Amino acid sequence: MMFAGIYGFFTRRNLLAMLISVELILNSVDINFAVFNRYLFPGELEGFFFALFAIGVSAAETAVAIAIIINIYRNVRNIQVKNLNEMKN
Amino acid sequence: MTLQLIVFIVLALFIAVCSVLAVTTSRILRAATYLLFVLFGTAGIYFQLNYSFLGAVQLLIYAGGITVLYVFSILLTSSQGDKAEKLKNGKMVAGAVSTLAGLAICLFVMLKNEFIPSHFVHGELDVRTIGHALMGMEKYQYILPFEVISVLLLACIVGGILIARKR
Amino acid sequence: MEYTILILILPFLSFLILGLAGMRMKNGLAGTIGTASLAGVALLSYLTAFNYFTGGRTAEGIYPTLMPYNFEWLPFTTNLHIDMGIMLDPISVMMLVVISTVSLMVHIYSFGYMKGEKGFQRYYAFLSLFTMSMLGLVVATNIFQMYVFWELVGVSSYLLIGFYYTKKEAIAASKKAFIVTRFADLGFLIGILIYGYYAGTFSFTPVAGALVAAGAMIPLALGLMFIGGAGKSAMFPLHIWLPDAMEGPTPVSALIHAATMVVAGVYLVARMFPLFIGYAPEVLHWTAYIGAFTAFYAASVACAQSDIKRVLAFSTISQIGFMIVALGVCTSMNPHEGGLGYMASMFHLFTHAMFKALLFLGAGCIIHAVHSNEMSAMGGLHKYMPVTHWTFLIACLAISGIWPFSGFFSKDEILTACFQFSPAMGWIMTGIAAMTAFYMFRLYYCIFWNGEWKGRSHGSGQDTHIPHESPLTMTFPLMFLAAITCVAGFIPFGNLISSNGEAYTIHLDMQVATTSILIAIASIALATWMYAGKRQPAADYLARTFPRLHTAAYHRFYMDEIWLFVTRKIIFRCISTPIAWWDRHVIDQFFNFTAWGAHATADEIRDMQSGNVQQYSIWFLAGALILTLVLLI
Repeated sequence: MMFAGIYGFFTRRNLLAMLISVELILNSVDINFAVFNRYLFPGELEGFFFALFAIGVSAAETAVAIAIIINIYRNVRNIQVKNLNEMKN
Repeated sequence: MTLQLIVFIVLALFIAVCSVLAVTTSRILRAATYLLFVLFGTAGIYFQLNYSFLGAVQLLIYAGGITVLYVFSILLTSSQGDKAEKLKNGKMVAGAVSTLAGLAICLFVMLKNEFIPSHFVHGELDVRTIGHALMGMEKYQYILPFEVISVLLLACIVGGILIARKR
Repeated sequence: MEYTILILILPFLSFLILGLAGMRMKNGLAGTIGTASLAGVALLSYLTAFNYFTGGRTAEGIYPTLMPYNFEWLPFTTNLHIDMGIMLDPISVMMLVVISTVSLMVHIYSFGYMKGEKGFQRYYAFLSLFTMSMLGLVVATNIFQMYVFWELVGVSSYLLIGFYYTKKEAIAASKKAFIVTRFADLGFLIGILIYGYYAGTFSFTPVAGALVAAGAMIPLALGLMFIGGAGKSAMFPLHIWLPDAMEGPTPVSALIHAATMVVAGVYLVARMFPLFIGYAPEVLHWTAYIGAFTAFYAASVACAQSDIKRVLAFSTISQIGFMIVALGVCTSMNPHEGGLGYMASMFHLFTHAMFKALLFLGAGCIIHAVHSNEMSAMGGLHKYMPVTHWTFLIACLAISGIWPFSGFFSKDEILTACFQFSPAMGWIMTGIAAMTAFYMFRLYYCIFWNGEWKGRSHGSGQDTHIPHESPLTMTFPLMFLAAITCVAGFIPFGNLISSNGEAYTIHLDMQVATTSILIAIASIALATWMYAGKRQPAADYLARTFPRLHTAAYHRFYMDEIWLFVTRKIIFRCISTPIAWWDRHVIDQFFNFTAWGAHATADEIRDMQSGNVQQYSIWFLAGALILTLVLLI
């Protein structure tokens, strides 16, 4: 799932699609933490809480990112990544 | 071939297929739908691990909140019949190559490595334990991150409103 | 003797003051500052000389070599280091007296001569700089310090010759002087380095064992050092700069090119004399041959010159040749057998400085009066300029070697030393002495006699301007120097300076003395017959019979043209041009290429910053993967 997300991040041109790819990456990481916790460290809860907080943080970050995208949409009227190259050269 | 293994394989295949579809489809709304399915699959994995609380949280926040958010923003920003154009070959090749290389390295490291012996402790994780851990102030307890994340959420709310408000 | 440091500091301070603040002062103030500091220097020099020569001798009967200051300046190794200091020994003290006296006279004289000139303050500043450099040269404790001050003297000479910097000839002459002497100094430096390497020290008294072990390198080093001295002292063929240096103001010619700078080479050989005698006697004899040839060459050219300053310049070259010959014919350190030339050379240096400065200053008065350098504009001046006339006559008699003037005594000792070396050398030098008398009196008669003053100044037809005697500031130095010339011959010079330091009583060799006086009188008579009258039938007849010889002598036997040919055609074309090509096309192009390379690479890389976030992230992942691989393997 993570590498699918990475491939999507490189390849998609729509900003929202890029964000969706980022969500895939984050989710894969959460699964990883939970499984490690469950199978290798049964007495402790760190992985569990990491995954929990990661879900929360990811939600917050998604909200802010979408706010920014909407702002971009208002200014440039589309959300293609290739239009956002102010840092060129 | 226990039932657990079969369920896991089904879930895993489901997640994998849906994620690949999510990044390769040309229609944005379909990508969002596939994302929803991936989230459901992930929640299923959590439930299978007996982390019910985590699975419930996943369904609530991700599948419930974030997906709706995505759908809203897609509908807000996409114009009618806006399909993704054909991708330039070079970019796709570069992306594919680096991704596959990364995948190969990851698999290599994982399969080469010897993990410490694992054992599965059956039994549900108590919500009481979770609650104590979340609110406790002892060494391995998470009151501080809890407060911090609440501040973070506040900041994100304020920030989001500020950024996206109408001038 | 610690006050001797003031001898160097006073002129340096006056140079700084006049150089930095001179333009804000009035001419009179600047001149007074310069002259006052030089008067101080002169007094201190006389005091030093008095204290030194009355200070008693050491147990061996020689005057001690005092070093009131000698501190290590630049160390190369523990043994080899450049020191700076002051060394007092008989010849350096004598040079202090000579330099400060002549310099003081020139300072006083310049008040009158340079009156109203633009750059008066600059002139006095440069004079102070020159005096300091020359004084530092003679009191040097080691050869490297001498070299440092040698170069300083060269610079001061350049500045003073090119004083009239708006005149093209003056600029060319100053460049020529500097380049020729600098070229000779290359030999000097190489000689110093070889000497320092083999002797293990730069001082004048190295360990004997090191010198013996060096074998043939020491004569090589001494010979190279002599080349440097030959450049500064205008020996053939490096003499070409001195006649052109007459473009500078006449007091400058008196100071630098008659009395002090040009004797630096002679002083150098005298300073290294024990080493020459001990380890390189053949080199010493070769210097004598070069000196003799130079003296003959310069005397023959002087017979055909028409510019009075050029005559005096060639006369200087000739007399320095005499001094070098005197040093060169020495065969041992014992003044009684073979070492007489050392004392004779130093004696002649002393007396020559005085009467040559007198001649130049007198020439300056004459030029000031008739506004021209050429002999054709002069004649019959004895009526109008009595003081100049009498002092000039005294100097001419001195240089011709007539008793009782000082030139007789010093020239006699030189001739005696030459006869001791070989009869051939003695007769040759006597012949050159005769030529000296001839051309000097030719000069004298053409200026002061030769008919009435007709007001002939070229170009302006009948000029009713009557030449007048110069003011006191200009005639006082003439009289002072003439007085010295009269009495200096009777100084018991050998008691003060001799080749091994012991007292040596000068006794006249009657045979040499009578020969030289008779020949001198004969030459004077010849000159009188040819030039004293109104017309010069004999001279014109000779010029007509040997036209090419006369023209060649007038053009200094075309030495300048030969040198120009060598530098332009050979050095510039064959050596300098390829080197310049290499520098421009290979070295510069290499750097242009690296710059072009950097530029091109930058152009290529610039496309990586496309502003495209996805591209950045691809590179990010690639980098992370590479790092992982590196860590794995």
